[in-house]
Amino acid sequence: MKGKLAPRFYKRLSFAIALLLWLALTLLDFLDVLASRSQVDLGLSPYLPLLLIDLFFIFVGLYFRFIIKQLESTSFIDFLWRVFATGLVATLISLALGLFNESIADSALGQNPFLEALVYNIRLGLISIFLISTFTVWKKLILYQKSKWLVIWWNIFEGSILLSILFNFTGNILQTSLLFKVLFAAITLMGLVLSANLQWVAYLNFKQKWKSILLILLVTIYLGYFFTSIYIPGEETSDLLNPIDNLYILVLFAFLLIYSIFSLLVIVFNLPTSSVFEKKMEEAINFQRLSQSIQQGENENQIFDILLTSSMSAVYADAGWLEVTKSDNDDPEIRRKNLSPTNCSEVLEQIGLSKQKTTLKNPLAKTTDHDQTLVVLKKSNFRSALIVPLFIQDKIVGKMYLVNELSDGFNKEMINIINTFASQASISIENFRLLGEALENERYKKELNIAKKVQRALLPEKLDHDETFEIHGFTQAADEVGGDYYDSFKLGNHKFALVIGDVSGKGTSAAFHMSQMKGIFQSLAQLDLPATDFLVKANKALSACLEKTSFITLTYFVIDTEKRSFQFSRAGHCPTLYFSSETGKARFLESKGLGLGILRNDSFKNFVYVNEMSFQKNDVLVLYTDGISEASNHAGEEFGYERMEQILNDNAHFDPVSIQKTLINKLFEFCQNKNLNDDYTIVVIKFK
Amino acid sequence: MLDIVETRENNYISIIVTGDADASSSIKLDKAIRWAFDESLQKVIIDCTHLNYISSAGLGVFMSYIQEIEQTQTTFIIYGLSEKVLNVFNILGLDLLLTIERTTEEA
Repeated sequence: MKGKLAPRFYKRLSFAIALLLWLALTLLDFLDVLASRSQVDLGLSPYLPLLLIDLFFIFVGLYFRFIIKQLESTSFIDFLWRVFATGLVATLISLALGLFNESIADSALGQNPFLEALVYNIRLGLISIFLISTFTVWKKLILYQKSKWLVIWWNIFEGSILLSILFNFTGNILQTSLLFKVLFAAITLMGLVLSANLQWVAYLNFKQKWKSILLILLVTIYLGYFFTSIYIPGEETSDLLNPIDNLYILVLFAFLLIYSIFSLLVIVFNLPTSSVFEKKMEEAINFQRLSQSIQQGENENQIFDILLTSSMSAVYADAGWLEVTKSDNDDPEIRRKNLSPTNCSEVLEQIGLSKQKTTLKNPLAKTTDHDQTLVVLKKSNFRSALIVPLFIQDKIVGKMYLVNELSDGFNKEMINIINTFASQASISIENFRLLGEALENERYKKELNIAKKVQRALLPEKLDHDETFEIHGFTQAADEVGGDYYDSFKLGNHKFALVIGDVSGKGTSAAFHMSQMKGIFQSLAQLDLPATDFLVKANKALSACLEKTSFITLTYFVIDTEKRSFQFSRAGHCPTLYFSSETGKARFLESKGLGLGILRNDSFKNFVYVNEMSFQKNDVLVLYTDGISEASNHAGEEFGYERMEQILNDNAHFDPVSIQKTLINKLFEFCQNKNLNDDYTIVVIKFK
Repeated sequence: MLDIVETRENNYISIIVTGDADASSSIKLDKAIRWAFDESLQKVIIDCTHLNYISSAGLGVFMSYIQEIEQTQTTFIIYGLSEKVLNVFNILGLDLLLTIERTTEEA
């Protein structure tokens, strides 16, 4: 609050001081009149009224400085309006006083020196206020477009003007003093040079220019009026009225008048070209609209509409339309302006018939597809047409047609502008589409993450087992979801069903089939079927729901810990790796068997083979999917069975978790940093 | 990449498969075999001498024709499989259902 109050406070303070100074000055003049009447010497220094008036100028100047700082509006017309209003008030009061003076000229009151002094002082105050307020506004206008040198020059100029306030102490007057003349000429010359800074005029539109002319003209008239009404050449003044022959006031008058006249002339001469400037501004704004439209949540159609409207206004086209193909199959969508559908097809026909076509190279593009065509029309309301192709991501999406009733209605500058409009619009639409795609992708990503969690839940956290064996499973999908599957089921106190499976393909479709497999396994396992029946039923169930080219490979185990043996049946799955503690060697359990879903009829049962083996203490079973055995390195070499055999030979004495980790580490080492592009799964069983 | 050359001889159709048959390229293989069956010439031989790699999707293509082969009694022969690719066929059990030969002569 304090920070906001301070400038307002200073503004009021400087105003109050200026007012007090003015009152003091008036009072002093009264005293002077009194003194001269009664022939009394007041004994006051002759410099006192000079000092008072100088201080008065300074504080009025300060006051207007604060005022202009507080102004929030940056409109030139507002500034000019203030100057005009101040001038109007000052002039009216001054005129009224003049009339009043005249009306009482013959009466005794008219001769009253007190009244004369009062009227003089009021006029002096008003004129100073008007001059100083105008000066602050002119300063604002001159410094509208600052450069380093302009600011330096201005500061020198303003400094000299301020110093000139004190010049009255020297007692020199224009008519007699050469110094006065030289200084006046020098400061006025500086003002003349600075008056060339009229950049603000360029930013006025046509209407504003007319307003400015009117306002500045009136201000000039005030200046003239004040000058003639108040200026009293030094030699003719009475002693007490001499301050008006003041260097400061004269310099101000000169500078303000010069700048007013310059501004007037420049604005007048700028009037005819202002429409061009406005046009350029409009183009810049349209360009910005085209590039901003996406942030405002607009859609493609709105961008196309902005493009058409902006282009038409940029080239003064009488009508136009856009032909946009949204997707490959759709008919092009047509967006017309100032044209009926029948008119549109008529013009299109004329364009087709016209023999006078000029191809214009697009300087922004490399290929000839981007070239524009200028067409001269004969039998139509329109005499010329411009055809601009529209591109998004280097793919042609449509054409813009602009038509004009005049022949040769399009010039080179116009065509260049259309180029930039068209490319900006395509960038906008491109961004819009990319943003849409990004959002869509984000959504898919979330969905896939959910799928990943759901699938993770389909795989058992813990596999069923008893104290006779340890078991550990590990799986990793190449994508978010995969087609690898392993599971277990407790068939009885000493009987466990175990399965490892792999759906052909990977990704989402594989994941769906994997979940079907899970359902089938969990339902069939409960029936405690012989392995053959299990596979036949599973094949039948899967045949009904698998895609034509999909199949599932799996190996089904039934472990009997009482008999210390296991049955297994391989349905097209990679052979199980088995380490026998007796021989101390690992080997693959080869056997025949056909994948599920390959033969979708009853003959499948002919291809089911069940094997039975007994196990010993410290025997190890490694179940895996082909993502491990067929993983390849940069050289295209596969991880292969021999490496797996070797790794198990070396590590069979570890527990299942360590065996799994070693296998996976060796796999990563082999593949180096090449991405594994298939799902991979390992289940390790170690018998005790 | 997968290159396929289809030729129609007097009494059979020959398809030469070169490269890798993975998920995307298997569609080409499927098209070629489909065409061969549509010609209904009773004999189709597939030359896989230069087939480097076959994914489960590629196997799925062969698999999907097994029933059609039976029904139309077409002689469908695959030959020239490299050891690696042959092993993939064998593990899945396709060797039990498809005629797989070693050389052209046998085919």
